[in-house]
Amino acid sequence: MSYNWNWLIFFEPSLDGTHTYLETLVWGAGWTIATALGAFTIALTLGSVVGVARTSPLTWIRALGTGFVEVFRNVPLLVQMFLWYFVLPELLPADVGTWLKQLPNAQFYTAVICLGCYHAARMAEVVRAGLESLSRGQRMAGQALGLNLVQTYLYVLLPMAYRIVVPAITSEFLSCTKNTSVALAIGLMELTGSARAMQENSFQIFEAFAGATTLYLALNLIIVFAMRAVERLCVVPGYGSTTKAG
Amino acid sequence: MITISDVCKSYGQFQVLSHCTTSVAKGEVVVVCGPSGSGKSTLIKTVNGLEPIDSGDIVIDGVSVSAKDTNLSMLRSRVGMVFQHFELFPHLSIIQNLMLAQVKVLKRSKPDARKKGMALLERVGLTAHAQKFPGQLSGGQQQRVAIARALAMDPVAMLFDEPTSALDPEMINEVLDVMVQLAREGMTMMVVTHEMGFARKVANRVIFMDRGEIVEDADKDAFFGQPRSERAQQFLSKILVH
Amino acid sequence: MLSGFDLQAVINALPYLFLTGMSFTLTLTLFATLGGIVFGTLLALMRLSRYRALSYVAAGYVNLLRSLPLVLVIFWFYFLMPYLGQWVTGASRPMRIDPFWSSVITFTLFEACYFCEIIRSGIQSLPKGQTMASHALGLTGSQSMLYVVLPQALRNMLPLMLTQTIILFQDTSLVYVLSITDFLGATAKIAQRDGRLLEMYIFAALVYFVISLFASHAVRRLQRRVAIIR
Repeated sequence: MSYNWNWLIFFEPSLDGTHTYLETLVWGAGWTIATALGAFTIALTLGSVVGVARTSPLTWIRALGTGFVEVFRNVPLLVQMFLWYFVLPELLPADVGTWLKQLPNAQFYTAVICLGCYHAARMAEVVRAGLESLSRGQRMAGQALGLNLVQTYLYVLLPMAYRIVVPAITSEFLSCTKNTSVALAIGLMELTGSARAMQENSFQIFEAFAGATTLYLALNLIIVFAMRAVERLCVVPGYGSTTKAG
Repeated sequence: MITISDVCKSYGQFQVLSHCTTSVAKGEVVVVCGPSGSGKSTLIKTVNGLEPIDSGDIVIDGVSVSAKDTNLSMLRSRVGMVFQHFELFPHLSIIQNLMLAQVKVLKRSKPDARKKGMALLERVGLTAHAQKFPGQLSGGQQQRVAIARALAMDPVAMLFDEPTSALDPEMINEVLDVMVQLAREGMTMMVVTHEMGFARKVANRVIFMDRGEIVEDADKDAFFGQPRSERAQQFLSKILVH
Repeated sequence: MLSGFDLQAVINALPYLFLTGMSFTLTLTLFATLGGIVFGTLLALMRLSRYRALSYVAAGYVNLLRSLPLVLVIFWFYFLMPYLGQWVTGASRPMRIDPFWSSVITFTLFEACYFCEIIRSGIQSLPKGQTMASHALGLTGSQSMLYVVLPQALRNMLPLMLTQTIILFQDTSLVYVLSITDFLGATAKIAQRDGRLLEMYIFAALVYFVISLFASHAVRRLQRRVAIIR
């Protein structure tokens, strides 16, 4: 094979002179984590609201929720990224648009909001599935005690729904972390973007991507272990084994 | 205490409740029975507004259930309901199940709610299980907790929707005993059930429903002695054989 | 704000966008779906096989690719394939591979992991009685898999596989990172050439939206009809 292997490339300085390639990759991983965390926070909150809306007895609220989900699920993530980054500043009043374009770390904020909305649509479906898997009697029991609809959702339905869908939430968070790579198309120097830059500048293609691969695998393991701990915290004693006469 | 006047309800073409009129006086125990599909579960759920009605009116202690300006939440807190499948909240411990609505609806302080909850657990014989979770209890125990949960709100009346139908036979009596005790203490109760032994012991009146209509509404002795309608006679003959 | 919106620019670009761009996207989707299902079925069978080695290899492959972002996998295969081609054919320099076929191979190998999981769950969700009945009739293991289990599993999982195809259709837009001209790439080219970012990207979003929405509604209707039959 006519390829020159050089695993020591990681310790050589990158183009900017001050950091090694290894440090650049790790820095990229940092941006990946930051983007994923920011986006997933939005996804959880916004997605819960929309998920609840989709189970509402009011038709127009349900329709709004459905509209939100359909819009963000049927357009590819990369196209959404372009819309937020290139098109949105043009649609806003001129001075706001200019301010947006000159914002430092604009790519980061755009990526966080874009990914946040994209995954919010998916989280909405997860939350909805969780809520719909609860028996109708739970809502009735809450209301029979005098809890109003908001209280019933907050104290009875959502706590159980979240516990039921923790595996799905884990899977969505992993997916969100991987999807941060799409932001390289708008210039965010997350992990894949940093590896690509390393490959372009050093010509050590496979070392660069192997480094990124290793870091993604490590991230994966960390997230899976963390979520397993969360799952253990969320275990409801006895749930699922006996819901009828014991 | 509870007045049901000419209540009708339909799901599309299907008439679930048809001109139902009856009442439950303070301290009375009324048993509602009938074959499946007769609408008895639906009827009892309309009493606290969990199922909306198409026409007619339901009044509890002077407050109309279907009036626009009724605070449904406060009204429901004054009427206790016990469900066929217990419907305890699985993510909360037993004592937390008892405290939730007291704190959030009646605005009691947590210590007061806890004290009341523990007192009621004592009454149904389950104080040892206060920190456990519903999934760890048997069906009979869960249903007794459900009754305690409803009683924690100091209701003026209690509604029971087939409270023992989902229980294994050996647990039915522990729940019925609690209900009998409740009746003897003067609680206003409306009970949908097949347990005729319970009816004979503590009911004042028995209502028989069939196909959405109240076919018979008589004093206990009259009902068991000489039911007037043929449908009721048929029903009784089938279930009293056991 | 919208005063500069030029619909004419979009209309002028339509032939290029659809004949060059969308045709690339759709053919890539089609080939990758077929390849993905075939390879995915193979992977699923390997994972369920009695031979531990096969099972571990398949599981390792699937878990590895599912842990990596598609963008990274696209880069990997894009650079790896010329060298592999050189190694396989014994040529003196890395082989040049047509971007279309490079994309087909990449997406086939990647999406196969997701199809594998769908098919595997389809096979495992079939009642054990089916396999027992076919064994009782004298069919061998591979015969019962081929004639009894797989046909049912694939039919049951059809809605999920179609949904995965729609996801694949949207994922193809990522070939943009290699400057390959699929529908999005074509849109971006026109946008940059004419300076019409607003119109072109909104148009691209609308096209993807309409196609995906229509397709997922069709899948939902299919799901309802299949459910009734069962």
